[in-house]
Amino acid sequence: MEDVSIHRPRRRDLFFGFLSLGLTSFGGALPLARRALVERLHWLSDEEFTELLGLCQFLPGGNIINLSVAMGMRFHGFSGAMAAMLGLIAGPTAIVIGLGVIYERFHDDAHVRHLFAGLAAAAAGLMVAMAIKMLKPLRGKPQAIAIALLAFAALGLLHMPLLWAMLLITPLSILLAARAAR
Amino acid sequence: MTETLFALAVIFTQLSLLAFGGGNTVLPEMQRQVVDVHQWMTAADFGALFALARAAPGPNMMVVPLIGWHVAGWSGMLVASVAKFGPSSLITMFVLHLWTRFKDHPWRGYVQVGLLPVTIGLVAASALLLVQATATTWLLAVVVAVVAGLDVFTKWHPLWLLAGGAVVGLIFG
Repeated sequence: MEDVSIHRPRRRDLFFGFLSLGLTSFGGALPLARRALVERLHWLSDEEFTELLGLCQFLPGGNIINLSVAMGMRFHGFSGAMAAMLGLIAGPTAIVIGLGVIYERFHDDAHVRHLFAGLAAAAAGLMVAMAIKMLKPLRGKPQAIAIALLAFAALGLLHMPLLWAMLLITPLSILLAARAAR
Repeated sequence: MTETLFALAVIFTQLSLLAFGGGNTVLPEMQRQVVDVHQWMTAADFGALFALARAAPGPNMMVVPLIGWHVAGWSGMLVASVAKFGPSSLITMFVLHLWTRFKDHPWRGYVQVGLLPVTIGLVAASALLLVQATATTWLLAVVVAVVAGLDVFTKWHPLWLLAGGAVVGLIFG
Protein backbone atom coordinates (compact mmCIF):
# COMPACT_ATOMS: atom_id res chain seq x y z
CA MET A 1 0.00 0.00 0.00
CA GLU A 2 1.69 3.21 -1.14
CA ASP A 3 0.71 6.20 0.89
CA VAL A 4 1.45 9.53 -0.79
CA SER A 5 1.98 11.21 2.58
CA ILE A 6 4.88 8.87 3.49
CA HIS A 7 8.28 10.59 3.57
CA ARG A 8 11.37 8.63 2.61
CA PRO A 9 14.19 9.37 5.10
CA ARG A 10 17.89 9.50 4.18
CA ARG A 11 20.39 7.52 6.31
CA ARG A 12 21.24 10.73 8.13
CA ASP A 13 17.54 11.31 8.88
CA LEU A 14 17.27 7.77 10.25
CA PHE A 15 20.23 8.33 12.58
CA PHE A 16 19.04 11.68 13.91
CA GLY A 17 15.37 10.66 14.01
CA PHE A 18 16.15 7.71 16.26
CA LEU A 19 18.74 9.71 18.21
CA SER A 20 16.07 12.20 19.26
CA LEU A 21 13.65 9.35 19.98
CA GLY A 22 16.26 7.65 22.18
CA LEU A 23 17.02 10.83 24.10
CA THR A 24 13.41 11.81 24.76
CA SER A 25 11.76 8.47 25.55
CA PHE A 26 11.71 8.26 29.33
CA GLY A 27 10.05 5.21 30.86
CA GLY A 28 9.51 3.14 27.73
CA ALA A 29 10.04 4.19 24.14
CA LEU A 30 7.10 2.47 22.47
CA PRO A 31 4.27 5.04 22.83
CA LEU A 32 6.68 7.80 21.80
CA ALA A 33 7.94 5.76 18.86
CA ARG A 34 4.47 5.55 17.35
CA ARG A 35 3.92 9.26 17.77
CA ALA A 36 7.30 10.12 16.22
CA LEU A 37 7.40 7.64 13.33
CA VAL A 38 3.75 7.83 12.28
CA GLU A 39 2.50 11.27 13.26
CA ARG A 40 5.56 13.52 13.27
CA LEU A 41 8.01 12.07 10.71
CA HIS A 42 5.49 10.23 8.47
CA TRP A 43 7.90 7.38 7.79
CA LEU A 44 5.16 4.78 8.30
CA SER A 45 1.38 4.57 8.10
CA ASP A 46 -0.55 3.49 11.19
CA GLU A 47 -1.17 -0.03 9.81
CA GLU A 48 2.46 -0.45 8.77
CA PHE A 49 3.57 0.52 12.27
CA THR A 50 1.29 -2.08 13.88
CA GLU A 51 2.42 -4.80 11.48
CA LEU A 52 6.11 -3.99 11.94
CA LEU A 53 5.72 -3.89 15.72
CA GLY A 54 4.00 -7.30 15.65
CA LEU A 55 7.00 -8.69 13.81
CA CYS A 56 9.45 -7.06 16.22
CA GLN A 57 7.65 -8.45 19.27
CA PHE A 58 7.75 -11.92 17.78
CA LEU A 59 11.54 -11.79 17.33
CA PRO A 60 14.20 -11.93 20.06
CA GLY A 61 15.59 -8.61 21.24
CA GLY A 62 14.11 -5.35 22.47
CA ASN A 63 10.97 -4.34 20.56
CA ILE A 64 12.06 -0.78 19.98
CA ILE A 65 15.60 -1.77 18.94
CA ASN A 66 14.20 -4.30 16.47
CA LEU A 67 11.81 -1.62 15.23
CA SER A 68 14.71 0.75 14.50
CA VAL A 69 16.52 -2.05 12.63
CA ALA A 70 13.39 -2.88 10.63
CA MET A 71 12.81 0.78 9.75
CA GLY A 72 16.41 1.26 8.60
CA MET A 73 16.29 -1.97 6.55
CA ARG A 74 13.10 -0.89 4.86
CA PHE A 75 14.55 2.33 3.49
CA HIS A 76 18.31 1.69 3.10
CA GLY A 77 19.11 -1.97 3.80
CA PHE A 78 21.93 -2.93 6.14
CA SER A 79 23.54 0.52 6.38
CA GLY A 80 20.16 2.09 7.10
CA ALA A 81 19.53 -0.44 9.86
CA MET A 82 22.92 0.35 11.42
CA ALA A 83 22.28 4.10 11.22
CA ALA A 84 18.88 3.81 12.88
CA MET A 85 19.97 1.44 15.66
CA LEU A 86 23.18 3.32 16.50
CA GLY A 87 21.18 6.55 16.61
CA LEU A 88 18.71 4.96 19.02
CA ILE A 89 21.26 3.64 21.53
CA ALA A 90 24.05 6.27 21.29
CA GLY A 91 22.42 8.96 23.46
CA PRO A 92 21.02 6.66 26.18
CA THR A 93 24.36 4.82 26.42
CA ALA A 94 26.19 8.08 27.12
CA ILE A 95 23.63 9.08 29.76
CA VAL A 96 23.60 5.70 31.46
CA ILE A 97 27.41 5.59 31.70
CA GLY A 98 27.34 9.12 33.15
CA LEU A 99 24.91 7.95 35.84
CA GLY A 100 27.13 4.90 36.40
CA VAL A 101 30.16 7.14 37.01
CA ILE A 102 28.18 9.10 39.61
CA TYR A 103 27.02 5.87 41.28
CA GLU A 104 30.53 4.35 41.45
CA ARG A 105 32.14 7.53 42.76
CA PHE A 106 29.60 8.28 45.47
CA HIS A 107 27.96 5.00 46.45
CA ASP A 108 29.97 4.86 49.69
CA ASP A 109 28.24 8.07 50.77
CA ALA A 110 25.23 7.17 52.94
CA HIS A 111 22.90 9.73 51.33
CA VAL A 112 23.70 8.58 47.81
CA ARG A 113 23.36 4.94 48.87
CA HIS A 114 19.90 5.62 50.32
CA LEU A 115 18.89 7.58 47.24
CA PHE A 116 19.89 4.75 44.92
CA ALA A 117 18.27 2.15 47.22
CA GLY A 118 14.98 4.06 46.95
CA LEU A 119 15.41 4.40 43.18
CA ALA A 120 16.12 0.67 42.84
CA ALA A 121 13.07 -0.23 44.96
CA ALA A 122 10.88 2.00 42.76
CA ALA A 123 12.29 0.37 39.61
CA ALA A 124 11.47 -3.05 41.10
CA GLY A 125 7.94 -1.79 41.83
CA LEU A 126 7.52 -0.76 38.17
CA MET A 127 8.55 -4.26 37.12
CA VAL A 128 5.99 -5.80 39.51
CA ALA A 129 3.33 -3.51 38.01
CA MET A 130 4.32 -4.51 34.48
CA ALA A 131 4.02 -8.21 35.38
CA ILE A 132 0.57 -7.58 36.91
CA LYS A 133 -0.64 -5.70 33.81
CA MET A 134 0.65 -8.44 31.53
CA LEU A 135 -1.42 -11.06 33.38
CA LYS A 136 -4.67 -9.65 31.99
CA PRO A 137 -4.80 -11.52 28.65
CA LEU A 138 -4.35 -14.80 30.55
CA ARG A 139 -7.73 -14.45 32.29
CA GLY A 140 -9.87 -17.54 31.70
CA LYS A 141 -7.06 -19.49 30.04
CA PRO A 142 -5.96 -22.13 32.57
CA GLN A 143 -3.50 -23.72 30.15
CA ALA A 144 -1.69 -20.44 29.53
CA ILE A 145 -1.71 -19.64 33.25
CA ALA A 146 -0.06 -22.99 33.96
CA ILE A 147 2.67 -22.27 31.39
CA ALA A 148 3.26 -18.81 32.86
CA LEU A 149 3.52 -20.32 36.37
CA LEU A 150 5.93 -22.95 35.08
CA ALA A 151 8.21 -20.31 33.52
CA PHE A 152 7.94 -18.17 36.68
CA ALA A 153 8.89 -21.09 38.94
CA ALA A 154 11.74 -22.29 36.70
CA LEU A 155 13.46 -18.90 36.57
CA GLY A 156 12.27 -17.09 39.70
CA LEU A 157 12.22 -19.92 42.26
CA LEU A 158 14.45 -22.70 40.91
CA HIS A 159 16.96 -20.34 39.21
CA MET A 160 17.17 -22.60 36.17
CA PRO A 161 19.41 -21.47 33.28
CA LEU A 162 17.24 -19.61 30.76
CA LEU A 163 18.42 -21.73 27.81
CA TRP A 164 17.12 -24.98 29.35
CA ALA A 165 13.91 -23.40 30.58
CA MET A 166 13.19 -21.97 27.11
CA LEU A 167 14.05 -25.25 25.35
CA LEU A 168 11.65 -27.15 27.62
CA ILE A 169 8.76 -24.75 28.12
CA THR A 170 8.48 -22.85 24.80
CA PRO A 171 7.93 -25.87 22.48
CA LEU A 172 5.42 -27.26 24.99
CA SER A 173 3.54 -23.98 25.03
CA ILE A 174 3.53 -23.67 21.21
CA LEU A 175 2.27 -27.26 20.82
CA LEU A 176 -0.52 -26.61 23.32
CA ALA A 177 -1.46 -23.44 21.42
CA ALA A 178 -1.54 -25.35 18.13
CA ARG A 179 -3.70 -28.13 19.62
CA ALA A 180 -6.12 -25.66 21.17
CA ALA A 181 -6.55 -23.94 17.80
CA ARG A 182 -7.49 -27.13 15.94
CA MET B 1 40.85 -9.11 31.10
CA THR B 2 40.53 -10.98 27.80
CA GLU B 3 38.78 -13.77 29.67
CA THR B 4 36.32 -11.31 31.18
CA LEU B 5 35.56 -9.75 27.78
CA PHE B 6 35.12 -13.20 26.27
CA ALA B 7 32.72 -14.15 29.08
CA LEU B 8 30.75 -10.91 28.52
CA ALA B 9 30.53 -11.66 24.79
CA VAL B 10 29.28 -15.21 25.38
CA ILE B 11 26.74 -14.22 28.04
CA PHE B 12 25.19 -11.33 26.12
CA THR B 13 25.16 -13.13 22.76
CA GLN B 14 23.18 -15.90 24.41
CA LEU B 15 20.84 -13.39 26.07
CA SER B 16 20.40 -11.61 22.73
CA LEU B 17 19.25 -14.77 20.98
CA LEU B 18 16.95 -15.85 23.83
CA ALA B 19 15.27 -12.49 24.43
CA PHE B 20 11.87 -13.45 23.01
CA GLY B 21 9.21 -11.10 24.30
CA GLY B 22 11.52 -8.14 24.82
CA GLY B 23 14.49 -7.44 27.05
CA ASN B 24 12.83 -7.86 30.44
CA THR B 25 12.43 -11.61 29.98
CA VAL B 26 16.20 -12.18 30.16
CA LEU B 27 16.78 -10.22 33.40
CA PRO B 28 16.73 -13.30 35.66
CA GLU B 29 19.35 -15.01 33.50
CA MET B 30 21.41 -11.82 33.31
CA GLN B 31 21.34 -11.54 37.09
CA ARG B 32 22.19 -15.23 37.53
CA GLN B 33 25.22 -14.94 35.22
CA VAL B 34 26.51 -11.60 36.48
CA VAL B 35 25.86 -12.10 40.22
CA ASP B 36 25.88 -15.87 40.90
CA VAL B 37 28.04 -17.43 38.19
CA HIS B 38 30.72 -14.77 37.65
CA GLN B 39 30.27 -12.79 40.89
CA TRP B 40 31.11 -9.50 39.20
CA MET B 41 28.72 -7.63 41.53
CA THR B 42 26.21 -8.16 44.35
CA ALA B 43 22.48 -8.54 43.76
CA ALA B 44 22.03 -5.07 45.32
CA ASP B 45 24.52 -3.58 42.81
CA PHE B 46 22.63 -5.28 40.00
CA GLY B 47 19.38 -3.78 41.27
CA ALA B 48 20.99 -0.33 41.44
CA LEU B 49 22.41 -0.55 37.90
CA PHE B 50 19.03 -1.71 36.62
CA ALA B 51 17.39 1.27 38.34
CA LEU B 52 19.91 3.68 36.78
CA ALA B 53 19.10 2.27 33.35
CA ARG B 54 15.37 2.63 34.05
CA ALA B 55 15.83 6.27 35.03
CA ALA B 56 17.69 7.08 31.81
CA PRO B 57 15.79 7.59 28.53
CA GLY B 58 15.84 5.09 25.68
CA PRO B 59 15.25 1.37 25.16
CA ASN B 60 14.79 -0.68 28.34
CA MET B 61 17.96 -2.71 27.81
CA MET B 62 20.41 0.11 28.51
CA VAL B 63 21.47 -1.85 31.60
CA VAL B 64 23.60 -3.95 29.20
CA PRO B 65 26.25 -1.33 28.26
CA LEU B 66 26.23 -0.25 31.91
CA ILE B 67 27.02 -3.76 33.16
CA GLY B 68 29.75 -4.13 30.53
CA TRP B 69 31.26 -0.83 31.61
CA HIS B 70 31.00 -1.68 35.34
CA VAL B 71 32.72 -5.03 34.79
CA ALA B 72 35.43 -4.16 32.26
CA GLY B 73 35.45 -0.42 31.43
CA TRP B 74 34.98 0.95 27.91
CA SER B 75 35.95 -2.26 26.12
CA GLY B 76 33.46 -4.11 28.33
CA MET B 77 30.75 -1.62 27.35
CA LEU B 78 31.51 -2.12 23.67
CA VAL B 79 31.67 -5.92 23.84
CA ALA B 80 28.46 -6.24 25.88
CA SER B 81 26.55 -3.84 23.59
CA VAL B 82 27.64 -5.49 20.33
CA ALA B 83 26.96 -8.97 21.77
CA LYS B 84 23.50 -7.99 23.04
CA PHE B 85 22.22 -5.79 20.21
CA GLY B 86 24.03 -7.40 17.24
CA PRO B 87 22.69 -10.97 16.96
CA SER B 88 19.01 -10.11 17.54
CA SER B 89 19.30 -7.27 14.99
CA LEU B 90 20.77 -9.62 12.38
CA ILE B 91 17.86 -11.99 12.98
CA THR B 92 15.42 -9.09 12.56
CA MET B 93 17.02 -8.17 9.22
CA PHE B 94 16.89 -11.78 8.05
CA VAL B 95 13.30 -12.43 9.10
CA LEU B 96 12.11 -9.16 7.56
CA HIS B 97 12.88 -10.73 4.17
CA LEU B 98 10.75 -13.78 4.95
CA TRP B 99 7.97 -11.93 6.75
CA THR B 100 5.47 -11.67 3.91
CA ARG B 101 5.86 -15.38 3.09
CA PHE B 102 5.01 -16.45 6.65
CA LYS B 103 2.23 -13.94 7.08
CA ASP B 104 -0.70 -16.32 6.54
CA HIS B 105 0.95 -19.47 7.83
CA PRO B 106 -0.99 -20.90 10.82
CA TRP B 107 2.18 -21.85 12.73
CA ARG B 108 3.17 -18.20 12.95
CA GLY B 109 0.03 -17.63 14.99
CA TYR B 110 0.68 -20.67 17.21
CA VAL B 111 4.21 -19.48 17.96
CA GLN B 112 2.89 -16.05 18.85
CA VAL B 113 0.14 -17.46 21.12
CA GLY B 114 2.54 -19.97 22.68
CA LEU B 115 5.25 -17.41 23.44
CA LEU B 116 2.86 -15.10 25.29
CA PRO B 117 2.47 -17.00 28.61
CA VAL B 118 6.19 -17.87 28.65
CA THR B 119 6.99 -14.16 28.29
CA ILE B 120 4.63 -13.27 31.12
CA GLY B 121 6.13 -15.91 33.42
CA LEU B 122 9.64 -14.62 32.69
CA VAL B 123 8.69 -11.01 33.39
CA ALA B 124 7.11 -12.08 36.69
CA ALA B 125 10.32 -13.93 37.59
CA SER B 126 12.31 -10.75 36.78
CA ALA B 127 10.04 -8.80 39.11
CA LEU B 128 10.49 -11.33 41.93
CA LEU B 129 14.30 -11.29 41.66
CA LEU B 130 14.42 -7.48 41.59
CA VAL B 131 12.16 -7.25 44.64
CA GLN B 132 14.35 -9.74 46.52
CA ALA B 133 17.46 -7.71 45.64
CA THR B 134 16.06 -4.27 46.46
CA ALA B 135 13.41 -4.59 49.21
CA THR B 136 16.02 -5.05 51.95
CA THR B 137 14.26 -2.91 54.60
CA TRP B 138 10.57 -2.50 55.43
CA LEU B 139 10.70 1.05 54.05
CA LEU B 140 12.04 -0.14 50.70
CA ALA B 141 9.43 -2.91 50.63
CA VAL B 142 6.76 -0.23 51.07
CA VAL B 143 8.30 1.75 48.19
CA VAL B 144 8.12 -1.34 45.96
CA ALA B 145 4.47 -1.96 46.88
CA VAL B 146 3.33 1.67 46.58
CA VAL B 147 5.09 2.24 43.24
CA ALA B 148 3.65 -1.02 41.88
CA GLY B 149 0.16 -0.02 43.04
CA LEU B 150 0.40 3.50 41.63
CA ASP B 151 1.70 2.25 38.29
CA VAL B 152 -1.13 -0.28 37.97
CA PHE B 153 -3.98 2.00 39.08
CA THR B 154 -2.92 5.48 37.88
CA LYS B 155 -1.47 6.90 34.68
CA TRP B 156 1.37 8.73 36.43
CA HIS B 157 4.56 8.88 34.41
CA PRO B 158 7.06 6.21 35.55
CA LEU B 159 9.77 8.83 35.86
CA TRP B 160 7.82 10.55 38.68
CA LEU B 161 7.48 7.25 40.50
CA LEU B 162 11.24 6.61 40.20
CA ALA B 163 11.99 10.12 41.46
CA GLY B 164 9.54 9.61 44.35
CA GLY B 165 11.26 6.36 45.34
CA ALA B 166 14.68 8.08 45.28
CA VAL B 167 13.40 10.97 47.44
CA VAL B 168 11.78 8.61 49.96
CA GLY B 169 15.02 6.61 50.16
CA LEU B 170 17.07 9.78 50.64
CA ILE B 171 14.86 11.33 53.35
CA PHE B 172 13.74 8.28 55.34
CA GLY B 173 16.47 5.73 54.49
